[in-house]
Amino acid sequence: MSYQLKINGQLMQADVAADTPLLWVLRDTLKLKGTKFGCGMAQCGACTVHLDGKPVRSCVTPISAVKDRAITTIEGIANSELGQQVQQAWKILDVPQCGYCQAGQMMSALALLRQFPQPTDAQIASGMKGNLCRCATYHRIKQAIQQVAQHTDKEAS
Amino acid sequence: MTSQNSAIKPQTSGYSRRAFLRASAILGGGLFVGLYLPKGVAAATDGTDSWTLNAYIRIGSDDSIRIMAVAPEIGQGIKTSLPMVIADELDVAWEQVQVEQAPVMPEIYGRQSAGGSRSTPIHFEEHRRIGAATRQMLLQAAAAQWQVPVAECRSQQGKILHVSGRSLRYGELAAAAAKQAAPELTSVALKTDAQLQIVGKFTAGVDNDAIVSGQPLFGIDVELPGMLYAVYQKCPVFGGTVKHANVAQLEKLPGVRKVLVVSGNGDFYGLDAGVAIVADSWWQAQKARQQLQVTWLDSKATGQSNAEFDRLAHALKSQMPTQILRNDGDIEHCFAGAAKVLQADYYYPFVAHGQLEPMNCSAQWQDGKLSLWAPTQNPVGGQKQVAQVLGIKEQDITIHVMRSGGGFGRRLFNDYMAEVAWIAREVGAPVKLLWSREDDFQHDFYRPAGYHSCKLALDAEGKLIGLQDHFITFGAQGRPLLAAQMNSDIFPAGFIPNLQYGSSLIPAHIPTGWLRAPGSNALAWVFQSLLDEAAHAIGQDPLALQLALLAQPVGDLGSFNPQRMTAVLQAVAERSGWGRKVAAGHGLGIACYYSHAGYFAEVVEVSVNQGKLQIHKVWAVGDVGKYIVNPSGAMHQVQGSILDGLSQALYQQVPIDGGAKLVNYHQHKMLTMAEVPEVDVEFLKTDYPTTGLGEPALPPVIPALCNAIFAATGKRIRQLPITADMLT
Repeated sequence: MSYQLKINGQLMQADVAADTPLLWVLRDTLKLKGTKFGCGMAQCGACTVHLDGKPVRSCVTPISAVKDRAITTIEGIANSELGQQVQQAWKILDVPQCGYCQAGQMMSALALLRQFPQPTDAQIASGMKGNLCRCATYHRIKQAIQQVAQHTDKEAS
Repeated sequence: MTSQNSAIKPQTSGYSRRAFLRASAILGGGLFVGLYLPKGVAAATDGTDSWTLNAYIRIGSDDSIRIMAVAPEIGQGIKTSLPMVIADELDVAWEQVQVEQAPVMPEIYGRQSAGGSRSTPIHFEEHRRIGAATRQMLLQAAAAQWQVPVAECRSQQGKILHVSGRSLRYGELAAAAAKQAAPELTSVALKTDAQLQIVGKFTAGVDNDAIVSGQPLFGIDVELPGMLYAVYQKCPVFGGTVKHANVAQLEKLPGVRKVLVVSGNGDFYGLDAGVAIVADSWWQAQKARQQLQVTWLDSKATGQSNAEFDRLAHALKSQMPTQILRNDGDIEHCFAGAAKVLQADYYYPFVAHGQLEPMNCSAQWQDGKLSLWAPTQNPVGGQKQVAQVLGIKEQDITIHVMRSGGGFGRRLFNDYMAEVAWIAREVGAPVKLLWSREDDFQHDFYRPAGYHSCKLALDAEGKLIGLQDHFITFGAQGRPLLAAQMNSDIFPAGFIPNLQYGSSLIPAHIPTGWLRAPGSNALAWVFQSLLDEAAHAIGQDPLALQLALLAQPVGDLGSFNPQRMTAVLQAVAERSGWGRKVAAGHGLGIACYYSHAGYFAEVVEVSVNQGKLQIHKVWAVGDVGKYIVNPSGAMHQVQGSILDGLSQALYQQVPIDGGAKLVNYHQHKMLTMAEVPEVDVEFLKTDYPTTGLGEPALPPVIPALCNAIFAATGKRIRQLPITADMLT
């Protein structure tokens, strides 16, 4: 089957079987390697991308279910100002250890910050608990989210 | 400052092995680190205007400084921290520096594996001297150009200055400096502590730009032209071999190019048997696997199970240990005359690594030579293993070390390299092998389980006078499995007059291996829990008991330094407010451990309410010597190790029934954002050599947690992982 996909603002085409998970279309067909494979059953969050701005696990999202929704991956995170702020905070605070889960963490953080520009501890916990970090960089991830929130707060006031 | 990973694309690095061997022959060989800087090879081919000063440093006319990272990066931060050490002594600004992953050439770079927290202790001093010697070459070049004595010149942040006020940038001097003789590494002058400008500063990881923008970086991201993708199905029972597989049927499925039955060599640490499915895409290979039907042949693992292990352990417990590891004083006499004897049995399970990037490797076989792109902790070991399995020469194998999505010891074993090498040679096309998460949990090299049957003897004054541990572990052919042995010098050995460590073996056929802080991650829990038991039995403060023991060594201590341990214990007690009154239902636990040359003491505060455990805070104080090279990475390693240990204690075990009976993270959980306690970290900087931080912070946290649970509830945790029924 041929699928027209809108990825990070660009139109792309993939000729794959309907049940192929979006993750493998991104990684192996379209060579967008930023989205990571961790578990294959929506348990670790490493494959998180956005469909129309909402975080989904691409490892369990068949390509046929994407339809005309806009896909945003880590490669396109800098397309929004908030996404750039997330990148900056991640770099300045040196969030990554191995870095493998961080694309998924950042995509979840971006969705969280869109929903709650000033997230409480409880909102951070519930918004991020589906993203595992085997190196356990959770303290820095939380700090980075709070840093972006502070920045947004200052701009708003 | 940026990082380049030249191995992403299949191109050869400027430093090829053959070129180096040629240079080495010209210079008469003997160019080992420790005396002289190994010469690099002029990289005239890369088109940039830059000069190779030696195997570690290249300087461009634009003042760019390229530094080689010698050890594999697995998240421990070594790709950032060791180049920092060179850059500081070279006297350049960190912003000028680009870091490149060094080719695998141990004859030049020395040890190039990532394990045992060894990279820092092995390379730190050497890297300082490499930076300093290269700076000396730049000084010599400037002095020669100006025709002045070297003593009249000094360096400053990428420039050489002369007393007259003249100056030259490193970029202007690089060509001339490359021709200078390298000074002896042992004689170069190093910066004073006050002069250090990079070492000791919070420094962000060199690959961060690539990570936050999703650029290809990890082993799994490698792309080769015309690459095929493979999965490899192994027997659900460890070591089982293939009798029959429906090869012809699978080869008709969409995208499938080849299905191979691989007999292997009957060795987990060589090439394990299985069926390889090679397809145009990984998903096609993985989907075809759903229709794979294999008749497996039994192996030695058939019939082994946790229940059987428990039964054997119980039987062995009442017998004498088959091997005595240490025997101080007179253990029998001591127990016969003891005023009080405590008995306690401890058990910890098999544990998997669960690193987030599943095992993978890309391979290209061409004209009898093999190239591998491997996320590995142990490239040299991989090269040997693949050479042996394929029956080819080590020098015909080139390994490109890729960044690893976590290591934790798993990637010290290179089974996936042997598998893809075999497949690539058979199919004659570039292949990427990628395991599923199920493969990963079912074919790990597990942290071995262990049973400890322990006894403590107390005299009439309540003094701990005897300790006996019968360690029942796993083995084959009369020897412990890998990582299933116990050292004889574990604290409190050497501090108790009568002490016996002995071991017996349960026969098992299980792939086992090193997991972050191997041995220590389990043994710390046993021995530090035992000391806590002793303290409570005699009504003594657990900290006071440990300090009293440390103050009075009675036997051989090995490399253990009781003063250093005393200092971290006292510091963590102060930082955590040890001895303070805590809220109802709360408890504080303390533990310490020496491993991987590092000393750590930790306190955990928990509360338990109606069987629900909450971990409120962890305090850690460590002594890893004189320098904390990168405070960012150091903090990461300590906090990460502690949360790793807590995950292990709370959630992790691998059930065994022939093979490993688990499939994914829901059965081998780790802490999430919703559960992490605050972790407070302090380093005591001492005059001892600088050592590594990948591991030593992990071991104490598990006993500190369990001791805190005891303080809160009176329930002693003698089996891991901790379950709700143990708390009420």
